[in-house]
Amino acid sequence: MKLNINGKDQEYAGEEDRPLLWYLREDLQLTGTKFGCGVAACGACTVLVDGQPTRACVTPAASLAGKKITTIEGLDTPAGKAVQQAWSELDVVQCGWCQSGQMLAATALLTTTPKPSEQQITDGMTGNVCRCATYHRIRGAVARASEIMG
Amino acid sequence: MNMADTASFTPSRRLVLTVMGIGAAGFAVGCTVGGATAAGPVTQSALGDYVRVGSDNTITVYLRHIEFGQGVSTGLTTIVAEEIDADWSQMRFEHSPADNAKYGNPAFGGMMGTGGSTAIFSSWQQLRAAGASAREMLRQAAANKFGVDASEILLVKGKAEAAGKSATYGELAAEASKITPPDPLTLKYKEASAYEFIGKERDSAKSFGRLDTPDKVHAKAQYALDYHPEGTLVALLARSPKFGGKVASFDDSAAKAVRGVTDVVQISNGVAVVATDFWAAKKGREALKVTWDDSAAETRSSDAIFADYKKTFAKSGHEARKEGKGASALRGAGEVVTADFEFPYLVHAPMEPLNCVIEYKPGTSATIHSGSQMPTGDQAAACAVLGLKPEQVTIVTMLAGGSFGRRATPDADLVSEAAQVAKAVNGKAPIKFMWTREDDIRSGKYRPMSVHRMSARLDKGAIDYWGDTTAIQSIMEGTPFLPPGAVDTSSIEGGFDIPYAIPNIAVDLHLVKAPTSVLWWRSVGHTHTAYAKEHFLDVLAKKLGKDPVAYRRELLAKEPRLLGVLNLAAEKAGWGTPLPAGKFRGVAVHHSFSSYVAEVAEVSVNADGTFHVDRVVCAVDCGIVINPDIVRAQMEGGIGYGLSAILGEALTLKDGAPVQSNFFDYTPLRMAQMPKVEVFMVQSTEAPSGVGEPGVPPIGPAVANALLAATGKTYAKLPLGTKA
Repeated sequence: MKLNINGKDQEYAGEEDRPLLWYLREDLQLTGTKFGCGVAACGACTVLVDGQPTRACVTPAASLAGKKITTIEGLDTPAGKAVQQAWSELDVVQCGWCQSGQMLAATALLTTTPKPSEQQITDGMTGNVCRCATYHRIRGAVARASEIMG
Repeated sequence: MNMADTASFTPSRRLVLTVMGIGAAGFAVGCTVGGATAAGPVTQSALGDYVRVGSDNTITVYLRHIEFGQGVSTGLTTIVAEEIDADWSQMRFEHSPADNAKYGNPAFGGMMGTGGSTAIFSSWQQLRAAGASAREMLRQAAANKFGVDASEILLVKGKAEAAGKSATYGELAAEASKITPPDPLTLKYKEASAYEFIGKERDSAKSFGRLDTPDKVHAKAQYALDYHPEGTLVALLARSPKFGGKVASFDDSAAKAVRGVTDVVQISNGVAVVATDFWAAKKGREALKVTWDDSAAETRSSDAIFADYKKTFAKSGHEARKEGKGASALRGAGEVVTADFEFPYLVHAPMEPLNCVIEYKPGTSATIHSGSQMPTGDQAAACAVLGLKPEQVTIVTMLAGGSFGRRATPDADLVSEAAQVAKAVNGKAPIKFMWTREDDIRSGKYRPMSVHRMSARLDKGAIDYWGDTTAIQSIMEGTPFLPPGAVDTSSIEGGFDIPYAIPNIAVDLHLVKAPTSVLWWRSVGHTHTAYAKEHFLDVLAKKLGKDPVAYRRELLAKEPRLLGVLNLAAEKAGWGTPLPAGKFRGVAVHHSFSSYVAEVAEVSVNADGTFHVDRVVCAVDCGIVINPDIVRAQMEGGIGYGLSAILGEALTLKDGAPVQSNFFDYTPLRMAQMPKVEVFMVQSTEAPSGVGEPGVPPIGPAVANALLAATGKTYAKLPLGTKA
């Protein structure tokens, strides 16, 4: 089975129920996608599937044939680049473990809602847990990314 | 950890410099503070240095503290950059090897360790000296090269200039490696007015910001869980569901039938399932059947444990503080007020679940990639399990995805268990020993649960007596950090040293035993002592009809640094100015880990009784501010971490087993609950002190005090939940 990951076709021949997260991390060494909870409760493993934020820890790799999968390593859309720039400018990161997921969630939000209100930012990001509680800066960085996108 | 407060670390005047010539690659300089280490012979293999100037013009600072988000990779590097006169773009960091002799933390009795908010505090003098020594050696190297006197050399932004000539530090590194380091006592340090980096704001235009940001934003940062050499096998451990349970027997036939499972091995703490990948290991562990011997296990539920804790109060405990007449002053004229405060077990729950990778060659060596706060402790644990010598066990410290104290384990359980598995499979492959989130939530090493019985007697418009009796498990007992027979008063740090001017005070401690393991959790004893102290004070102030800020000012008249942050926070929060209907303010002020923090919380209470923390104004006095934006980040994060706990976190036991298992029932703070945070720093010339933990303690009581202002109730049982 072929999976399209960051614009490149990959042959997947693993177990049918194996989550995408472990295929990315253990087989492809795409370790920017992180393991946080394993039950879709924290968002650390967020990737984009056809642009939709998706929890890689509970999504079987084998269910994604024909879909476009984007991980942090392949984030090159205007929204994605603006998000990474804003995250850098504001020094959002602390430990950094959740931030790939945060940036992908922010990218998905800004792609559909380029000028989000404060409430829309909260709603779009509240599924992603950060134990360092960088939420205050994430709010600012999403707004800044929106500004960069123009 | 509390070592920072108790170790009274003062940098010695005797500094020992070590210099290492590394030929064309550059030179390196290190220095240790007298008493912590001996310099020893300098060898090529000894990366026992703090600063290295490379011929590629990079300046690398070796961190003896782990970077797990608190910002040491930038903070410690800033100190060196300042003294060496670097250009920020040439600064780099690396974690140091595991070596107490070279990288011991003076605040930990010379053992390597990150904790107690000691990184900046314990490194300030040392890294200034290392930076200044390297600078003087570069100056002399330039003088030799240019043929001028050293006094003529101007050093600026990583370059030496004189007589129309110029050379980069990289170009001078080889020559500088031959220079004898200056006598440490002759070193001159920059005046604060000349600082280029210390105290300066992040500036993205000048690329002056966190050094770990670019890699973390672009998925290049390497954590232990990201290390996955060819052929790695993943191990998961089945542990007793109840604390204190042991393996009686197990049936591994179904587990071994799972495709990918290679081994099932029993170790000290349970039964490990080893497989070709995580998913196979997880399915294998689910298929494993273990029968547990619960004869020594915890069987109680949390309510029963709280009741047992309160029974200890029938006898007097260890006297930790007595002022005036002590406990006998409870009797007397006026009104007696009492309240029992109950604090649950808390889980650290760092976002990166615990893990390490061990590559073991039987009888020869082991290399362990891990994100550990105590690398030499881990090294010793691996040596004990594998029968190797310290020089045969290499610890590679990786970035860690949070910790909050969880990666500082005196018993080195993670590495010890990983080494047992590696030994059981005879080192046939690299073993990635992993914890799932469920393991993390359910397997102990919690912030201990506790009861504070608070009591006071109010007389003549003031508090005449203050009593605080605590029942809690000890964290330090049985570790190298507490001498045998000593009483672990770190359990009530921040409580026994209550700073308020009250004539009669009695603080005592009942240390209880329980099978559930406990550990220091970001700000340790202060997580509960500050809450009990600051909320109970407001309960009393309300009875006395006193304003919480004004009354604190009265009681803290002789505490200038506490007063300083209290006044700054009150002023910036507009204390005393009217708020819209339904909004209330609460204040708390606390000293921990040598720093002082006051926080004012603004809370909305809705018609349906729910509440939301809207805004927090924080004032911090941490001495000289090295990186204001990192101080700000640590206060923001500390407030969020503390708020998370007091709003919704509790690990409860039912019949000896944890009830919660993952982030859907052990509920961390989310974006929607995060207040706006404003941080203000006191200008100070005191030595810099910690910021990782001190932001945490005041937030709980500040919120509780706002709720008290709204409802008049005492909030003595945590977590607070969603309703006022």
